[in-house]
Amino acid sequence: MQSEFRILLCGDTGISVEFGSSIDPAINARVRRLLSVLKSRNQPGILDLNPTYRSLFIQYDPWICSFERLLQTVEECVESSAVAGERTGALVEIPVCYGNEFGPDIEEVAAFHDLVPQDVARLHAAPVYQVYMIGFTPGFPYLGGLDERLQTPRKSEPRKKVAAGSVGIADRQTGIYPIESPGGWRIIGRTPLSLFDPGRKMPFLLQAGDFVRFVPISGEDFAKHSDH
Amino acid sequence: MRSIRIIEPGPFATIQDRGRYGYRSLGVPLCGAMDAQALRVGNLLVGNDRKAAGIEITLGGFHAEFHCDVHFALTGDIGGALLNGSHIDSWRTHSAKSGDTLALDNYPSPRTGPRTYFSVSGGIDVPPVMESRSTYVRGGFGGLGGRALRAGDELRLGNPAGPPKDLPAPSWIIPPYSREPILRAIPGPQDDRVSPDGRRVFYSEPYLVTERADRMGISLLGPAINLPDGADIISDGTCPGAVQVHGNGQPTILGAASQTTGGYVKICVVISSDMALVAQLIPGDQVRFEQVDLWQAREIYMRNEYLTRDFFD
Repeated sequence: MQSEFRILLCGDTGISVEFGSSIDPAINARVRRLLSVLKSRNQPGILDLNPTYRSLFIQYDPWICSFERLLQTVEECVESSAVAGERTGALVEIPVCYGNEFGPDIEEVAAFHDLVPQDVARLHAAPVYQVYMIGFTPGFPYLGGLDERLQTPRKSEPRKKVAAGSVGIADRQTGIYPIESPGGWRIIGRTPLSLFDPGRKMPFLLQAGDFVRFVPISGEDFAKHSDH
Repeated sequence: MRSIRIIEPGPFATIQDRGRYGYRSLGVPLCGAMDAQALRVGNLLVGNDRKAAGIEITLGGFHAEFHCDVHFALTGDIGGALLNGSHIDSWRTHSAKSGDTLALDNYPSPRTGPRTYFSVSGGIDVPPVMESRSTYVRGGFGGLGGRALRAGDELRLGNPAGPPKDLPAPSWIIPPYSREPILRAIPGPQDDRVSPDGRRVFYSEPYLVTERADRMGISLLGPAINLPDGADIISDGTCPGAVQVHGNGQPTILGAASQTTGGYVKICVVISSDMALVAQLIPGDQVRFEQVDLWQAREIYMRNEYLTRDFFD
Protein backbone atom coordinates (compact mmCIF):
# COMPACT_ATOMS: atom_id res chain seq x y z
CA MET A 1 0.00 0.00 0.00
CA GLN A 2 1.47 3.32 -1.11
CA SER A 3 1.09 6.16 1.33
CA GLU A 4 1.12 9.84 0.42
CA PHE A 5 3.37 11.94 2.60
CA ARG A 6 5.34 15.17 2.45
CA ILE A 7 8.64 16.03 4.12
CA LEU A 8 8.64 19.55 5.58
CA LEU A 9 11.93 21.11 6.67
CA CYS A 10 12.09 22.36 10.27
CA GLY A 11 15.54 23.95 10.31
CA ASP A 12 18.83 22.06 10.15
CA THR A 13 17.96 19.53 12.87
CA GLY A 14 14.27 18.78 12.33
CA ILE A 15 11.76 17.53 9.78
CA SER A 16 8.04 16.97 9.80
CA VAL A 17 6.50 14.01 7.97
CA GLU A 18 3.00 15.12 6.98
CA PHE A 19 0.28 12.68 5.92
CA GLY A 20 -2.73 14.79 5.05
CA SER A 21 -4.44 18.12 5.38
CA SER A 22 -7.28 17.41 7.79
CA ILE A 23 -8.07 16.20 11.29
CA ASP A 24 -9.00 12.64 10.53
CA PRO A 25 -8.74 9.49 12.67
CA ALA A 26 -7.24 7.47 9.79
CA ILE A 27 -4.52 10.07 9.15
CA ASN A 28 -3.80 10.34 12.86
CA ALA A 29 -3.48 6.54 13.12
CA ARG A 30 -1.02 6.68 10.19
CA VAL A 31 1.16 9.10 12.17
CA ARG A 32 1.16 6.85 15.23
CA ARG A 33 2.03 3.76 13.19
CA LEU A 34 5.05 5.56 11.73
CA LEU A 35 6.00 6.63 15.25
CA SER A 36 5.97 3.08 16.54
CA VAL A 37 7.95 1.66 13.58
CA LEU A 38 10.53 4.47 13.76
CA LYS A 39 10.91 3.98 17.52
CA SER A 40 11.60 0.27 17.08
CA ARG A 41 14.28 1.07 14.45
CA ASN A 42 16.37 2.84 17.12
CA GLN A 43 18.15 4.91 14.46
CA PRO A 44 21.15 6.61 16.12
CA GLY A 45 20.95 10.39 15.83
CA ILE A 46 17.17 10.64 16.17
CA LEU A 47 16.77 12.70 19.34
CA ASP A 48 13.03 13.17 19.68
CA LEU A 49 9.73 12.28 18.00
CA ASN A 50 6.48 14.19 18.33
CA PRO A 51 3.28 12.80 16.78
CA THR A 52 0.55 15.38 16.11
CA TYR A 53 -2.82 15.34 14.31
CA ARG A 54 -1.44 14.70 10.84
CA SER A 55 2.33 14.76 11.04
CA LEU A 56 5.31 13.36 12.88
CA PHE A 57 7.98 15.84 13.94
CA ILE A 58 11.50 14.38 14.10
CA GLN A 59 14.45 16.07 15.82
CA TYR A 60 17.84 14.72 14.75
CA ASP A 61 21.55 15.37 15.07
CA PRO A 62 23.00 15.70 11.54
CA TRP A 63 26.49 14.94 12.90
CA ILE A 64 25.28 11.40 13.69
CA CYS A 65 22.49 10.87 11.15
CA SER A 66 22.64 12.71 7.82
CA PHE A 67 19.53 14.23 6.28
CA GLU A 68 19.82 11.72 3.42
CA ARG A 69 20.01 8.78 5.78
CA LEU A 70 17.11 10.11 7.83
CA LEU A 71 14.97 10.42 4.66
CA GLN A 72 15.82 6.88 3.65
CA THR A 73 14.94 5.60 7.12
CA VAL A 74 11.66 7.51 7.10
CA GLU A 75 10.72 6.21 3.64
CA GLU A 76 11.40 2.62 4.67
CA CYS A 77 9.45 3.07 7.89
CA VAL A 78 6.53 4.75 6.12
CA GLU A 79 6.34 1.78 3.79
CA SER A 80 6.46 -0.88 6.49
CA SER A 81 4.19 1.10 8.80
CA ALA A 82 1.49 1.43 6.12
CA VAL A 83 0.50 -2.16 6.80
CA ALA A 84 1.74 -2.47 10.38
CA GLY A 85 -0.59 -3.01 13.28
CA GLU A 86 -1.04 -0.38 15.92
CA ARG A 87 -0.62 -0.42 19.66
CA THR A 88 -4.12 -0.60 21.10
CA GLY A 89 -4.56 2.47 23.25
CA ALA A 90 -5.64 2.11 26.86
CA LEU A 91 -9.16 3.22 27.82
CA VAL A 92 -8.92 5.71 30.68
CA GLU A 93 -12.00 6.83 32.61
CA ILE A 94 -11.78 10.42 33.79
CA PRO A 95 -14.22 11.65 36.43
CA VAL A 96 -15.46 15.21 35.77
CA CYS A 97 -17.56 17.57 37.84
CA TYR A 98 -19.43 19.63 35.23
CA GLY A 99 -20.59 23.20 35.73
CA ASN A 100 -20.62 25.53 38.73
CA GLU A 101 -17.25 26.87 39.85
CA PHE A 102 -15.52 24.01 38.01
CA GLY A 103 -17.05 24.83 34.63
CA PRO A 104 -17.41 28.62 34.42
CA ASP A 105 -18.20 28.58 30.66
CA ILE A 106 -20.80 25.80 30.63
CA GLU A 107 -23.71 28.30 30.54
CA GLU A 108 -22.17 30.11 27.56
CA VAL A 109 -21.58 26.86 25.69
CA ALA A 110 -25.17 25.76 26.41
CA ALA A 111 -26.60 29.11 25.29
CA PHE A 112 -24.47 29.05 22.11
CA HIS A 113 -26.23 25.81 21.08
CA ASP A 114 -29.69 26.49 22.58
CA LEU A 115 -29.11 23.81 25.20
CA VAL A 116 -29.16 23.70 28.99
CA PRO A 117 -25.96 22.94 30.97
CA GLN A 118 -27.19 19.42 31.80
CA ASP A 119 -27.32 18.65 28.05
CA VAL A 120 -23.76 19.87 27.63
CA ALA A 121 -22.57 17.50 30.38
CA ARG A 122 -24.60 14.59 28.99
CA LEU A 123 -23.40 15.08 25.39
CA HIS A 124 -19.80 15.60 26.49
CA ALA A 125 -19.72 12.45 28.64
CA ALA A 126 -21.34 10.22 26.00
CA PRO A 127 -18.56 9.41 23.47
CA VAL A 128 -15.29 7.53 23.80
CA TYR A 129 -12.65 10.01 22.65
CA GLN A 130 -9.26 9.22 21.18
CA VAL A 131 -6.12 11.15 22.17
CA TYR A 132 -4.95 12.61 18.84
CA MET A 133 -1.89 14.23 20.34
CA ILE A 134 -0.33 15.63 23.51
CA GLY A 135 0.89 19.20 23.36
CA PHE A 136 0.68 22.76 24.67
CA THR A 137 1.82 21.85 28.19
CA PRO A 138 3.11 18.55 29.65
CA GLY A 139 0.36 15.94 29.35
CA PHE A 140 -2.32 18.12 27.66
CA PRO A 141 -4.45 15.71 25.54
CA TYR A 142 -6.14 16.90 22.34
CA LEU A 143 -9.21 14.67 22.08
CA GLY A 144 -11.07 13.95 18.84
CA GLY A 145 -14.69 12.90 18.57
CA LEU A 146 -16.55 15.83 20.11
CA ASP A 147 -20.30 15.88 19.40
CA GLU A 148 -21.10 18.44 16.67
CA ARG A 149 -23.73 19.94 18.96
CA LEU A 150 -20.97 21.07 21.35
CA GLN A 151 -18.51 22.55 18.86
CA THR A 152 -17.84 26.07 20.15
CA PRO A 153 -15.19 28.64 19.20
CA ARG A 154 -12.44 29.60 21.66
CA LYS A 155 -12.96 32.54 23.98
CA SER A 156 -12.02 35.79 22.23
CA GLU A 157 -9.87 36.80 25.21
CA PRO A 158 -7.89 33.90 26.74
CA ARG A 159 -7.92 33.52 30.55
CA LYS A 160 -4.66 34.34 32.31
CA LYS A 161 -5.15 31.34 34.57
CA VAL A 162 -7.01 28.12 33.94
CA ALA A 163 -7.02 25.71 36.90
CA ALA A 164 -5.28 22.33 36.64
CA GLY A 165 -7.79 19.60 35.73
CA SER A 166 -10.07 21.97 33.78
CA VAL A 167 -11.94 20.31 30.89
CA GLY A 168 -12.44 22.60 27.91
CA ILE A 169 -13.83 22.87 24.40
CA ALA A 170 -12.26 24.66 21.42
CA ASP A 171 -13.98 24.25 18.05
CA ARG A 172 -14.02 20.52 17.25
CA GLN A 173 -11.63 19.60 20.04
CA THR A 174 -11.95 18.90 23.71
CA GLY A 175 -9.08 18.63 26.17
CA ILE A 176 -7.89 18.79 29.76
CA TYR A 177 -5.44 21.30 31.30
CA PRO A 178 -2.87 19.22 33.27
CA ILE A 179 -1.26 22.21 35.00
CA GLU A 180 -2.46 25.71 35.75
CA SER A 181 -1.76 27.80 32.67
CA PRO A 182 -3.21 30.56 30.51
CA GLY A 183 -5.81 29.31 28.03
CA GLY A 184 -8.62 30.25 25.68
CA TRP A 185 -10.69 27.07 25.68
CA ARG A 186 -14.28 27.15 27.05
CA ILE A 187 -14.15 25.47 30.44
CA ILE A 188 -17.14 23.23 31.20
CA GLY A 189 -15.88 21.10 34.11
CA ARG A 190 -12.92 19.86 36.10
CA THR A 191 -11.40 16.49 36.97
CA PRO A 192 -9.83 15.78 40.36
CA LEU A 193 -7.38 13.40 38.64
CA SER A 194 -3.86 14.61 38.09
CA LEU A 195 -2.93 14.21 34.41
CA PHE A 196 0.66 15.13 35.04
CA ASP A 197 2.73 14.80 38.18
CA PRO A 198 6.52 14.91 37.71
CA GLY A 199 6.95 13.27 41.13
CA ARG A 200 5.01 10.14 40.13
CA LYS A 201 6.69 7.01 38.81
CA MET A 202 4.48 7.38 35.73
CA PRO A 203 4.21 11.18 35.41
CA PHE A 204 1.68 11.07 32.56
CA LEU A 205 -1.86 9.69 32.71
CA LEU A 206 -2.36 9.66 28.92
CA GLN A 207 -0.42 9.27 25.72
CA ALA A 208 -1.31 9.70 22.04
CA GLY A 209 -3.56 6.85 20.86
CA ASP A 210 -5.21 6.24 24.23
CA PHE A 211 -8.99 6.42 24.64
CA VAL A 212 -10.84 8.57 27.16
CA ARG A 213 -14.32 8.42 28.63
CA PHE A 214 -15.58 11.18 30.92
CA VAL A 215 -17.63 10.07 33.93
CA PRO A 216 -19.80 12.81 35.47
CA ILE A 217 -19.36 13.17 39.25
CA SER A 218 -20.89 15.43 41.89
CA GLY A 219 -19.17 18.16 43.84
CA GLU A 220 -18.95 15.85 46.89
CA ASP A 221 -17.33 13.11 44.81
CA PHE A 222 -14.86 15.69 43.48
CA ALA A 223 -13.87 16.59 47.04
CA LYS A 224 -13.50 12.89 47.96
CA HIS A 225 -11.29 12.20 44.91
CA SER A 226 -9.15 15.23 45.70
CA ASP A 227 -8.45 13.88 49.20
CA HIS A 228 -6.86 10.72 47.83
CA MET B 1 30.07 18.16 50.58
CA ARG B 2 31.15 20.03 47.44
CA SER B 3 28.79 22.96 47.04
CA ILE B 4 28.24 26.63 46.29
CA ARG B 5 25.84 29.01 47.99
CA ILE B 6 23.77 31.61 46.17
CA ILE B 7 24.12 34.97 47.90
CA GLU B 8 22.07 36.83 45.28
CA PRO B 9 20.73 35.19 42.10
CA GLY B 10 20.05 38.43 40.19
CA PRO B 11 16.74 38.99 38.37
CA PHE B 12 16.40 35.39 37.10
CA ALA B 13 18.81 32.48 37.34
CA THR B 14 18.00 28.82 36.70
CA ILE B 15 19.82 25.50 36.55
CA GLN B 16 20.02 24.35 32.92
CA ASP B 17 21.71 21.60 30.95
CA ARG B 18 21.57 20.73 27.24
CA GLY B 19 17.84 20.03 27.47
CA ARG B 20 15.23 17.34 27.95
CA TYR B 21 15.26 15.12 24.86
CA GLY B 22 12.78 12.34 24.22
CA TYR B 23 9.63 13.73 25.86
CA ARG B 24 8.14 16.03 23.23
CA SER B 25 5.43 13.45 22.48
CA LEU B 26 4.16 14.03 26.03
CA GLY B 27 4.13 17.81 25.72
CA VAL B 28 7.41 18.38 27.56
CA PRO B 29 9.44 21.27 26.11
CA LEU B 30 13.16 20.92 25.44
CA CYS B 31 14.23 23.58 27.97
CA GLY B 32 17.99 23.65 28.57
CA ALA B 33 20.35 26.56 27.96
CA MET B 34 19.02 29.19 25.56
CA ASP B 35 22.63 29.74 24.42
CA ALA B 36 23.57 26.09 24.05
CA GLN B 37 27.01 26.84 22.59
CA ALA B 38 27.97 28.98 25.61
CA LEU B 39 26.99 26.27 28.12
CA ARG B 40 28.64 23.57 26.01
CA VAL B 41 31.97 25.39 25.81
CA GLY B 42 31.72 26.27 29.52
CA ASN B 43 31.37 22.57 30.33
CA LEU B 44 34.29 21.69 28.04
CA LEU B 45 36.51 24.34 29.69
CA VAL B 46 35.97 22.96 33.19
CA GLY B 47 36.33 19.32 32.09
CA ASN B 48 32.68 18.28 32.30
CA ASP B 49 30.85 15.99 29.96
CA ARG B 50 28.23 17.44 27.65
CA LYS B 51 25.28 16.56 29.87
CA ALA B 52 26.47 18.52 32.92
CA ALA B 53 24.24 21.27 34.29
CA GLY B 54 25.27 24.86 34.88
CA ILE B 55 23.49 28.05 35.85
CA GLU B 56 21.85 30.31 33.27
CA ILE B 57 22.11 33.80 34.73
CA THR B 58 19.76 36.39 33.24
CA LEU B 59 20.62 40.11 33.39
CA GLY B 60 23.62 39.69 35.70
CA GLY B 61 23.48 40.59 39.39
CA PHE B 62 24.55 37.07 40.36
CA HIS B 63 26.58 36.65 43.55
CA ALA B 64 27.75 33.30 44.96
CA GLU B 65 30.17 31.82 47.48
CA PHE B 66 32.24 28.69 46.86
CA HIS B 67 32.20 26.09 49.63
CA CYS B 68 34.93 23.92 48.10
CA ASP B 69 37.92 24.20 45.78
CA VAL B 70 36.73 24.08 42.17
CA HIS B 71 37.33 25.14 38.61
CA PHE B 72 34.69 27.28 36.96
CA ALA B 73 34.06 29.30 33.79
CA LEU B 74 31.73 32.09 32.69
CA THR B 75 30.51 32.09 29.10
CA GLY B 76 27.88 33.93 27.08
CA ASP B 77 27.69 37.57 26.02
CA ILE B 78 29.10 38.69 29.32
CA GLY B 79 30.23 42.03 30.70
CA GLY B 80 32.40 42.06 33.79
CA ALA B 81 32.71 39.60 36.65
CA LEU B 82 34.68 39.71 39.88
CA LEU B 83 36.36 36.87 41.78
CA ASN B 84 37.07 38.14 45.30
CA GLY B 85 36.78 41.67 43.92
CA SER B 86 39.28 41.20 41.06
CA HIS B 87 38.26 41.28 37.42
CA ILE B 88 38.25 37.92 35.62
CA ASP B 89 37.87 37.07 31.93
CA SER B 90 35.02 35.12 30.45
CA TRP B 91 35.44 32.07 28.18
CA ARG B 92 38.32 30.61 30.20
CA THR B 93 38.80 28.40 33.24
CA HIS B 94 39.43 29.88 36.68
CA SER B 95 40.06 28.18 39.98
CA ALA B 96 38.34 29.13 43.22
CA LYS B 97 39.03 28.14 46.80
CA SER B 98 36.48 27.47 49.49
CA GLY B 99 35.27 30.83 50.78
CA ASP B 100 35.92 32.73 47.53
CA THR B 101 33.10 34.84 46.15
CA LEU B 102 32.00 35.45 42.57
CA ALA B 103 30.01 38.53 41.57
CA LEU B 104 28.55 39.51 38.21
CA ASP B 105 27.89 43.14 37.41
CA ASN B 106 24.35 44.36 37.51
CA TYR B 107 22.94 44.67 34.04
CA PRO B 108 23.72 46.59 31.86
CA SER B 109 27.35 47.41 32.23
CA PRO B 110 28.18 47.74 29.42
CA ARG B 111 25.23 46.84 27.19
CA THR B 112 25.66 43.17 26.36
CA GLY B 113 23.30 40.25 25.88
CA PRO B 114 21.19 39.07 28.82
CA ARG B 115 22.48 35.53 29.43
CA THR B 116 25.63 34.35 31.15
CA TYR B 117 26.49 30.72 31.91
CA PHE B 118 28.26 29.59 35.05
CA SER B 119 29.88 26.19 34.57
CA VAL B 120 31.65 24.44 37.41
CA SER B 121 33.74 21.25 37.52
CA GLY B 122 31.41 18.37 38.33
CA GLY B 123 28.33 20.34 37.30
CA ILE B 124 25.37 21.34 39.46
CA ASP B 125 24.05 18.11 40.96
CA VAL B 126 20.28 18.16 41.32
CA PRO B 127 18.14 15.05 40.74
CA PRO B 128 17.39 14.63 37.02
CA VAL B 129 13.69 14.73 36.10
CA MET B 130 12.94 12.88 32.86
CA GLU B 131 16.66 12.49 32.24
CA SER B 132 17.52 16.18 32.50
CA ARG B 133 18.44 18.71 35.19
CA SER B 134 16.95 21.62 33.21
CA THR B 135 14.56 23.85 35.11
CA TYR B 136 11.10 24.20 33.55
CA VAL B 137 9.56 26.94 35.67
CA ARG B 138 6.12 26.88 34.05
CA GLY B 139 5.85 23.11 34.53
CA GLY B 140 7.30 23.38 38.04
CA PHE B 141 9.92 20.67 37.67
CA GLY B 142 13.63 20.15 37.02
CA GLY B 143 16.52 22.14 38.43
CA LEU B 144 16.04 23.04 42.07
CA GLY B 145 12.39 22.32 42.87
CA GLY B 146 11.27 23.49 39.44
CA ARG B 147 11.93 27.12 40.32
CA ALA B 148 14.37 29.95 39.77
CA LEU B 149 17.27 30.17 42.24
CA ARG B 150 16.88 32.21 45.43
CA ALA B 151 19.27 33.86 47.84
CA GLY B 152 20.49 31.26 50.32
CA ASP B 153 20.16 28.23 48.02
CA GLU B 154 22.96 25.73 48.61
CA LEU B 155 23.77 23.82 45.41
CA ARG B 156 25.57 20.49 45.51
CA LEU B 157 28.21 19.84 42.90
CA GLY B 158 28.91 16.55 41.16
CA ASN B 159 32.29 14.87 40.96
CA PRO B 160 34.60 16.24 38.25
CA ALA B 161 34.60 14.03 35.16
CA GLY B 162 37.93 15.18 33.74
CA PRO B 163 40.68 17.77 34.08
CA PRO B 164 39.91 21.41 33.24
CA LYS B 165 41.37 23.03 30.12
CA ASP B 166 44.06 25.53 30.93
CA LEU B 167 43.57 27.74 27.88
CA PRO B 168 40.93 30.23 26.80
CA ALA B 169 38.28 29.21 24.28
CA PRO B 170 39.40 30.33 20.81
CA SER B 171 37.47 33.13 19.13
CA TRP B 172 36.21 30.83 16.38
CA ILE B 173 34.00 28.86 18.73
CA ILE B 174 32.59 31.94 20.48
CA PRO B 175 29.35 33.07 18.82
CA PRO B 176 29.56 36.51 17.11
CA TYR B 177 27.17 38.24 19.51
CA SER B 178 25.66 41.46 18.23
CA ARG B 179 22.97 43.99 19.06
CA GLU B 180 22.02 43.84 15.37
CA PRO B 181 22.55 40.21 14.39
CA ILE B 182 21.69 38.66 11.05
CA LEU B 183 19.89 35.40 11.73
CA ARG B 184 20.17 32.72 9.09
CA ALA B 185 17.04 30.65 8.62
CA ILE B 186 15.77 27.78 6.48
CA PRO B 187 12.28 28.30 4.97
CA GLY B 188 9.65 25.84 6.17
CA PRO B 189 7.67 24.02 7.43
CA GLN B 190 4.84 26.35 6.27
CA ASP B 191 6.72 28.87 4.07
CA ASP B 192 4.22 28.10 1.29
CA ARG B 193 1.67 30.12 3.29
CA VAL B 194 3.59 33.39 2.83
CA SER B 195 2.89 35.63 -0.16
CA PRO B 196 5.89 36.50 -2.40
CA ASP B 197 5.66 40.03 -1.07
CA GLY B 198 5.58 38.77 2.52
CA ARG B 199 8.72 36.74 1.86
CA ARG B 200 10.53 39.73 0.35
CA VAL B 201 9.56 41.89 3.34
CA PHE B 202 10.60 39.30 5.92
CA TYR B 203 14.04 38.62 4.44
CA SER B 204 14.90 42.27 3.79
CA GLU B 205 13.43 44.46 6.52
CA PRO B 206 14.74 44.83 10.10
CA TYR B 207 12.65 43.61 13.05
CA LEU B 208 12.79 45.06 16.54
CA VAL B 209 12.94 42.87 19.67
CA THR B 210 9.94 43.74 21.86
CA GLU B 211 9.50 43.54 25.64
CA ARG B 212 7.95 40.10 25.18
CA ALA B 213 11.24 38.23 25.16
CA ASP B 214 11.85 35.28 27.46
CA ARG B 215 12.79 31.60 27.39
CA MET B 216 9.51 30.72 25.67
CA GLY B 217 9.90 33.09 22.77
CA ILE B 218 11.11 36.42 21.43
CA SER B 219 8.37 38.54 19.88
CA LEU B 220 9.46 40.88 17.12
CA LEU B 221 7.93 44.03 15.68
CA GLY B 222 8.31 45.13 12.08
CA PRO B 223 6.56 45.22 8.74
CA ALA B 224 3.66 42.75 8.78
CA ILE B 225 4.24 39.48 6.92
CA ASN B 226 1.41 38.83 4.51
CA LEU B 227 -0.28 35.43 4.90
CA PRO B 228 -3.07 35.26 2.28
CA ASP B 229 -4.78 32.30 4.00
CA GLY B 230 -4.33 33.56 7.55
CA ALA B 231 -2.04 32.43 10.35
CA ASP B 232 -3.88 29.34 11.60
CA ILE B 233 -2.86 25.77 10.85
CA ILE B 234 -3.93 22.43 12.26
CA SER B 235 -1.63 22.30 15.30
CA ASP B 236 1.61 20.47 14.60
CA GLY B 237 5.03 19.95 16.14
CA THR B 238 7.16 23.01 16.89
CA CYS B 239 10.84 23.39 17.76
CA PRO B 240 13.09 26.06 19.25
CA GLY B 241 14.14 28.46 16.51
CA ALA B 242 10.88 28.24 14.59
CA VAL B 243 9.57 31.64 13.51
CA GLN B 244 5.83 31.70 14.13
CA VAL B 245 3.70 34.38 12.54
CA HIS B 246 0.50 35.39 14.28
CA GLY B 247 -2.71 36.82 12.87
CA ASN B 248 -1.32 40.36 13.04
CA GLY B 249 1.56 39.36 10.73
CA GLN B 250 4.23 39.78 13.43
CA PRO B 251 6.87 37.09 13.99
CA THR B 252 7.97 35.35 17.19
CA ILE B 253 11.13 33.22 17.43
CA LEU B 254 10.41 30.23 19.66
CA GLY B 255 12.86 29.73 22.54
CA ALA B 256 14.18 26.72 24.47
CA ALA B 257 11.13 26.50 26.75
CA SER B 258 8.56 26.96 23.97
CA GLN B 259 5.55 24.67 23.83
CA THR B 260 5.82 21.44 21.84
CA THR B 261 2.88 22.03 19.48
CA GLY B 262 1.36 25.13 17.97
CA GLY B 263 -1.47 26.26 15.74
CA TYR B 264 0.31 29.15 13.98
CA VAL B 265 2.14 29.20 10.67
CA LYS B 266 5.91 28.68 11.00
CA ILE B 267 7.54 30.39 8.04
CA CYS B 268 11.16 29.38 8.78
CA VAL B 269 13.46 27.97 11.44
CA VAL B 270 16.62 29.77 12.57
CA ILE B 271 19.66 27.50 12.06
CA SER B 272 20.98 25.94 15.25
CA SER B 273 24.31 27.77 15.33
CA ASP B 274 22.53 31.15 15.22
CA MET B 275 20.33 30.27 18.22
CA ALA B 276 23.20 31.50 20.40
CA LEU B 277 22.59 34.96 18.91
CA VAL B 278 18.84 34.64 19.51
CA ALA B 279 19.54 33.72 23.16
CA GLN B 280 21.35 37.02 23.66
CA LEU B 281 18.64 39.30 22.24
CA ILE B 282 17.18 41.95 24.51
CA PRO B 283 14.31 44.39 23.96
CA GLY B 284 15.44 47.16 21.63
CA ASP B 285 17.83 44.99 19.61
CA GLN B 286 17.29 44.77 15.86
CA VAL B 287 17.47 41.59 13.82
CA ARG B 288 17.46 40.76 10.15
CA PHE B 289 16.81 37.37 8.59
CA GLU B 290 18.86 35.80 5.83
CA GLN B 291 17.50 32.86 3.89
CA VAL B 292 19.80 29.84 3.62
CA ASP B 293 19.08 26.37 2.28
CA LEU B 294 19.56 23.09 4.11
CA TRP B 295 22.94 22.44 2.44
CA GLN B 296 24.39 25.79 3.48
CA ALA B 297 23.02 25.28 6.96
CA ARG B 298 24.56 21.83 7.17
CA GLU B 299 27.99 23.16 6.26
CA ILE B 300 27.71 25.73 9.01
CA TYR B 301 26.53 23.11 11.52
CA MET B 302 29.34 20.68 10.61
CA ARG B 303 31.97 23.42 10.73
CA ASN B 304 30.91 24.54 14.22
CA GLU B 305 30.67 21.00 15.45
CA TYR B 306 34.10 20.15 14.02
CA LEU B 307 35.78 23.26 15.42
CA THR B 308 34.26 22.77 18.88
CA ARG B 309 35.18 19.08 19.06
CA ASP B 310 38.60 19.63 17.46
CA PHE B 311 39.66 22.15 20.02
CA PHE B 312 38.77 20.15 23.10
CA ASP B 313 38.94 16.48 22.25
